[in-house]
Amino acid sequence: MNRNAPTRHDEAWRYSDISTVEAAWPLAAPESIIVPAGGNFARTILQDTGSIHQLDIAIGKGATTAIHVLNIGGDYGRVELNVTLHEGADFKLGAVQIGGGTQNLEIIITVTHAEPKATSSQIVRSVLAGTATGTYLGKVAVVRDAQLTDSVQSVKAMLLDRSATANAKPELEIYADDVKCAHGCAIGELDAMGLFYLQARGIAPADAKKLMLQAFVAGVFEGAADEDILIEAALKKLDELV
Amino acid sequence: MLQITNLHANVGDKPILKGLTLSLNAGEIHAIMGPNGAGKSTLGYVLCGRPGYEVTEGSVTFNGNDLLDLEPHERAAAGLFLGFQYPVEIPGVSNVQFLREALNAQRKNRGEAPLSGAGFLKVAREQAGALGMDMDMLKRPVNVGFSGGEKKRNEMVQMGIINPALAILDETDSGLDIDALRTVGDGINRIMRKPDKAVLLITHYQRLLDYVKPDFVHVLDNGRITRTGGAELALELERDGYKELAA
Repeated sequence: MNRNAPTRHDEAWRYSDISTVEAAWPLAAPESIIVPAGGNFARTILQDTGSIHQLDIAIGKGATTAIHVLNIGGDYGRVELNVTLHEGADFKLGAVQIGGGTQNLEIIITVTHAEPKATSSQIVRSVLAGTATGTYLGKVAVVRDAQLTDSVQSVKAMLLDRSATANAKPELEIYADDVKCAHGCAIGELDAMGLFYLQARGIAPADAKKLMLQAFVAGVFEGAADEDILIEAALKKLDELV
Repeated sequence: MLQITNLHANVGDKPILKGLTLSLNAGEIHAIMGPNGAGKSTLGYVLCGRPGYEVTEGSVTFNGNDLLDLEPHERAAAGLFLGFQYPVEIPGVSNVQFLREALNAQRKNRGEAPLSGAGFLKVAREQAGALGMDMDMLKRPVNVGFSGGEKKRNEMVQMGIINPALAILDETDSGLDIDALRTVGDGINRIMRKPDKAVLLITHYQRLLDYVKPDFVHVLDNGRITRTGGAELALELERDGYKELAA
């Protein structure tokens, strides 16, 4: 046992594959990214080997950052983002996790609106089969002076088998009084009537599922520089599960 | 074309169809009328293989083959089309993508070559045009945000593109205004009134039958066909009601 490694008592690791984390501990320091005032930054994280990614991102005044995540590979895959927004900055996250078998995939994020008028948007879609676990722990923190903050969290998970697990915790901590923070969260199964409708028009069951799942994750990668690569990798992964 | 013999079916534990026998030949249009809860929609779902609708007795053959043995998508490929009473919304999947996949899946199942994108769009444009639906609607997600009438019209556009041998139309007339009713009626005649096709119209009201003249009208009550006649039977029903007829 690695005495310094996190345990399930640590909120940010409560659903993690602790033995894998212990074996990897201590982790390298998080990658630090500073986006200067007025700058534009974009990054695609394709987690397809089973690894832990930790990024600290500070977004300067009026700067923009777009992060696209496809979390699909390995027994345990974790993408952890710690984002700080300065005045008028904009942050966008589009993330998809697709897991089967006994995979444990997670996206852990804290977005801190440290100054006024910043905007942030998070879209997270998980598709889980077998006994896989998919977790989203996402906090939006708005400090006392960060008035006119505008943030959105949209978190949805689709369970293909009743034995799969989705954890979702969109969380808000707001100390300013003139802000807009929307958050939505849903966990469900593919609509049985929709599947029958597609089949009644001649589409085979597996293809009908794929069509609906494709629609479920579509749009998340819109605008990503590697959009085609991400969509292709996501579809390939869906093919394995359906 | 379709031979239903002594069909019994349950939904959950509840018996709905209780010995239904019906025969449709190519070139014929049959109407099934009956009170609420008689089993009309169940018949449509059983014929198309909806999960949860269990056949407990009897047989159904379609062009000589056992229909009940086939999966829903195989039944579609064999030429069966169900026009839904409540067409389903499928967010994120465009009509065009859905119909092209459906049509090509059916063609593949029949051993035919897939239709090219351009070939498909030509057929889609023709059918949408004939039913007064613009192409923009075809590009929108399947039935999402469509009005009741638009959904029913969309079912007919789908029928036109898929071009089935047998259409089972479940209350295609409900939710339509008078003009839309005429458009849909004309659509049914244009697409399905052919010597090698047949239609089973499930309806509550006589008014659709003004546009689509049935060769036979059946009364379905309590899971069985209780009376069969010609088009005049529908008028009689409209005048006297189901209760009077059963008495």
